[in-house]
Formats: sequence, C-alpha cells, structure tokens
Amino acid sequence: MELSVKNLAVARGGVPVLEGVNFALRAGRALVLRGPNGAGKTTLLRTIAGLQPAFEGEVQGAEDRIAYAGHSDGIKAMLSVAENLRFWAQVFNRSEIDGALDGFNLRDLEDRNAGSLSAGQKRRLGLARLMVSGRQVWILDEPTVSLDAASVALFAEAVRRHLAEGGSALMATHIDLGLDEAEVFDVSPYRAKPRVSAADEAFL
Amino acid sequence: MIALLMRDLRLAVRAGGGFGLGLAFFLIVTVLVPFGVGPENELLSKIAPGVLWIGALLACLLSLDRIFALDWEDGSLDLLATAPLPMEGIVSIKALAHWITTGLPLVLAAPALGVLLSLPPTGYLWVVVSLLLGTPALSVIGTFGAALTVSLKRGGLLMSLLVLPLYVPTLIFGAEVARRGAMGLTVETPLLMLAGISFGAIALLPFASAAVLRINLR
Amino acid sequence: MSIWKYANPVTFIRTTDRLLPWLSVAAVLCLATGLIWGFFFTPDDFRQGSTVKIIYLHVPSALMAINIWLMMLVASLVWIVRRHHVSALAARAAAPIGATMTVIALATGALWGQPMWGTWWVWDPRLTSFLILFLFYLGYIALWSAIEDDDTAADLTSILCLVGSVFAILSRYAVNFWNQGLHQGASVMRAGAITGSDTEEKVSNVFFYPMAVSALGFILLFVALVFLRTQTEIRTRRARALLAREQST
Repeated sequence: MELSVKNLAVARGGVPVLEGVNFALRAGRALVLRGPNGAGKTTLLRTIAGLQPAFEGEVQGAEDRIAYAGHSDGIKAMLSVAENLRFWAQVFNRSEIDGALDGFNLRDLEDRNAGSLSAGQKRRLGLARLMVSGRQVWILDEPTVSLDAASVALFAEAVRRHLAEGGSALMATHIDLGLDEAEVFDVSPYRAKPRVSAADEAFL
Repeated sequence: MIALLMRDLRLAVRAGGGFGLGLAFFLIVTVLVPFGVGPENELLSKIAPGVLWIGALLACLLSLDRIFALDWEDGSLDLLATAPLPMEGIVSIKALAHWITTGLPLVLAAPALGVLLSLPPTGYLWVVVSLLLGTPALSVIGTFGAALTVSLKRGGLLMSLLVLPLYVPTLIFGAEVARRGAMGLTVETPLLMLAGISFGAIALLPFASAAVLRINLR
Repeated sequence: MSIWKYANPVTFIRTTDRLLPWLSVAAVLCLATGLIWGFFFTPDDFRQGSTVKIIYLHVPSALMAINIWLMMLVASLVWIVRRHHVSALAARAAAPIGATMTVIALATGALWGQPMWGTWWVWDPRLTSFLILFLFYLGYIALWSAIEDDDTAADLTSILCLVGSVFAILSRYAVNFWNQGLHQGASVMRAGAITGSDTEEKVSNVFFYPMAVSALGFILLFVALVFLRTQTEIRTRRARALLAREQST
C-alpha cells in the first residue's frame, strides 16, 4: 500500500501556502522535500501526519501507518533513554527497543537521564523513537538538525534499513543523505496563489 | 494506555512536584485558616469540613496546568496524537494520572489536617468519603480546563477563571456531605448528587476535552 | 429562501442595517414608556413602599441575563453544527451585554434588598446563581479575548458554552439545595399574576403591565445591541481579511 497525496492544499494559520500537490510514495522509497524556508514543508508534513486538516484535497494511506518526528523530540528529561524509548514502544503496542538503541548508537547512554543528553544525542533518541514505533511510513521534519557527520551517517543507514524492510520515508531536509532510493520533490512550484483564508473568504 | 499512565506517574514522582507540592499547599492553606479566623476550637470545628474542601480544591487547581503543558512544550502531545491511542483515552488517562498524583494524596491527608481544625469525630469518615467521590470530578473538570488553555502562554490565570465556576456544584455537594456528616445529619441526598456529578463528568467530559485538545493541536 | 441566508455576513449587515433604526426607536419608546409609567404612574406597594419600583429594571434585566446565555448557547450550537461565522460572532457580541445585564440585576437587587431585607447581599440561591452566571460570562469573554485565531476561539468558546451551560444548571440546583433563601419565588409569570386574581404573594396587574413593556424594551434593546456589535465584529474581520489580501498580493 502506498501513501498518496491528491491535489492537496495546505494552510498555515488559515492562509494556504501550498496547493495542487500530488505525489505517491511506494514502499521501499524515500521522498525528500526541498524548498526555501517558509515554503510550507513543515505544514505539508503535519497535514500528511494528520495533525492538521487539509485545506483541500486528500491524503490516502497515512491513517495509522505513519510515525512523525517534528522539530521537538518529545523526550522526557526525567526519564532515562531506555525508559523514553520503552514508553513509545508500548504506546505503539511493541516492546523491542534493542534494535533502535544499537541503530542510533545509544547503547552506552541507555541508563542516562535524557535531561543530561546533548542536543545531538537527544535528536538521535528522537529518531530512534521512529524505529521502535514499527510504523511503515516515516515522516521526518528536518531530521538531521544538530547531528554531527557520524550521526547523519547512522541516520542514513537507519533509513536505508527501513526502506529495505519495505518501509518508506518522507522527509524535509537540506542535507544529501546519499540515499540512492530517494527522489527529490521540490515544493516551490506548488506555492499557493495569493488568496485569503477560508475563514476570511465569507467576509469579502 | 497503561504505558502512558505509568509514564505520567513516574514523571510525577521523579519531578518531585507531583505528590509533594499539592499536599504541601493543602497543608499550608489549612494552617493559614486559623490565623485568619482565630483559634477558637468551636468555630474551627464548625468550618473544618468546608475549609478542607476549599483547600483540596485549590490544591487540585494549582497542579492542573501541568497536565498538558509539559507534553505540549516538548512536542509529546503531537506525537501522542499520531500514536494509535484515541484522544478521548489520552485525556482520560491524563485525568486519572492527575487524580492519583494529586486527588488521592489529598483524600488521604484530609483526616490528619482535620485534627488541626478540630473536626468533630463523626466528620472524619464523611470528609474522606466526600473527597474520595468528589476529587475525581475535580480532576476531570480540571483536565477540560487545561485542554482549553493548553496553547496559551501563561494560561494559568485564565484557566482558574474558567475552571472555578465549573467546580461550584461539586464543591457545594461535596462540602455539604462533609458538613452534614460532621454534624451527624443524614448525608444521603448530597452524597447521591455528588456521586452523580462525578460519574457524569467522568463519563462525558473526556469527549469535550478531546475535542478542544484536537482544536488546539491543529 | 431559508433563514440561513442571513448567515452570510454581507446579507446580515445589509438586513440589520435596515432593521436597526426601527429597532432602536422601538427599544427607546418601550423603555421610556415602561419606566416612566412604572416609576411615576403606579401606586406604591402597601408593604414595600416605593422600593417596589426597582422591579421595572430588576426583573427585565434578570430575565435578559438568563436568556442571553441561552441565545449564546443556541448560537454556539449553530456554529458547531453549521459553521456560520455570523453565529459565532453573534455569540461573542452577546456575551458582554449578558454580563452587563447580570450586573444590573445584581445591583438593582442589592439596592432593593438593603431597605427590604436590611442587607445588601445575602447568599440566597437566586442571588448566588446570578453571581455564578456572572463568573461564567467572565470566563467566556476572557477565553474569547485570549485566543488570537478567530476560528479557534469560536470553536473553543462554543464548547465552553456547552459545557458551561450544563454546569450552570447543575449549579442552580446545587445552590437551591445549599440554601433555601429569602428571595420570593418567580412571582411574575405565575398564572394568577396575569389573569388578575392576585394575592399579596403575586405581582398585581398594576405593576405587571408597565413591567411587561419595560421587559419588551430590554429585549428590543438587546436585539439592537447584538445586531450593532455583531456588525462591528463582522467589519473588524472584514478589515482584517482585506488587509491580509493586500499583504499577500
């Protein structure tokens, strides 16, 4: 089953930023969103993740299949790394966290309080959360922020493994991850024509 | 769901503020009342049930903004919304966690504080029973208020303004049970009303809380 | 042609613009007639003296305080179900009027209570429930003004209004149970008062007719004010929408 987006328009604060977006993401593929700041990449990802309603059009095949990683990692400072991961695994009805700990080189930090991690280490923990979710479609918003080169390589490796296992990934990033399976999708041509928000339309 | 409950409880214990703060606040309010109204045992024993209820209510109110605020700030709420948990379940669990960390300790501490206010011996049972029945309603109603104001910075004061009027019926019937109990009167009617409000709130309000949380998330 | 066509902001403004002058004149006429008739051309009550005349303000404002909340509840439901912006804005426009009516009812009640009961305030169930109603109005208004996005604010306040209504009714019963009270029963609408077979418990026709005129005046005043305030809200939104369009091109 693929994730497909049909004639999607997304709005930020009621004002459309992207419109007429069409693409399909098959299993085993990755799609990298490109576009300048403020183009609406985050809004598009949040809409596909179901966090906000679509302005127009529809998203198919996202329901209960996606794992979303946004700008903040949702890490609890008072819990250890393993506890954080185990919690999210349980939320997604799973229990296995060893793969994720190894995959993002968190084994040594397992018992550390998440509050004492560096920004890059927190990010790795946030990304490891995707692996424990067991969801097929990863939706990633700037996943490599505050990661060093070695960690970016770890992340690319994790994505590659995920794709090889039949998963897929949709991400907004500016860094070339060296993924052969990745296609680039530039959002700039889909910029919404200037118009007023739906809420305001009735008033004109 | 269980995982979410366990996580919230664990966080409350580790952060230190969970059990402790509410209880300490309850203690301080109870201690301050005699300073305000004078030390006569007769007067104190007369107002003790009401003071205990007001103290418990304020202690409850104090900890409400933590129900969602932390999860909102660190992005957990977004992630929970994409997880396979229904929003109604999330808010119910959040309310339950709040009750276990705040409401239940207040219920257990109330008899000890009753001694300070020379609560009549007949009152202890009914103060505990009324708080046990009433505090879940306070938590559930408070969760609704917290969900309403989660996206506002410094929404604490506004939340108090929204939540306190909603607390009125619970407070009236709860304190009435405690007062009548302390005076040795029959408590049946207010007790049934209190139970009705509690169960009604538990059954229905999570839907409203989930709806406002979804609105705030988008 | 259905009633929903007035849900269009432009139609609403056009229609209410035509109605507003008539409404305003009618409101002023009714209020003037009711109050002058009531204040100067009715006898003093044999027990209450001239203080009884406060009812020409007290009863209508109390009536409005409750009915405005009901109107807000209906408007909120319409917004939730049909998502007409005018409905949400009308609820927003009505809230401060309702709060004011509640204050008038409480203040006139206190003025009357001082000579009659010998105190400005008692924790009587009716007085108490009005105070609680006032708190609900305050919360509703505060939530509206705290949220920047209009649609989010409309959504959240509608749900607050719904939940608040349930708890307001609960409070009413709770307060009744809590204290039986000094305030006389709802004497105006009792059958005897209107048919004229009045006893000293009920309000006699001499007082009832001017009060009815005054109440009608309050209703007309409220409708006129809501129209006016809703128009203002609509125009504010319109100005903002135009500005947004200007900036986005």
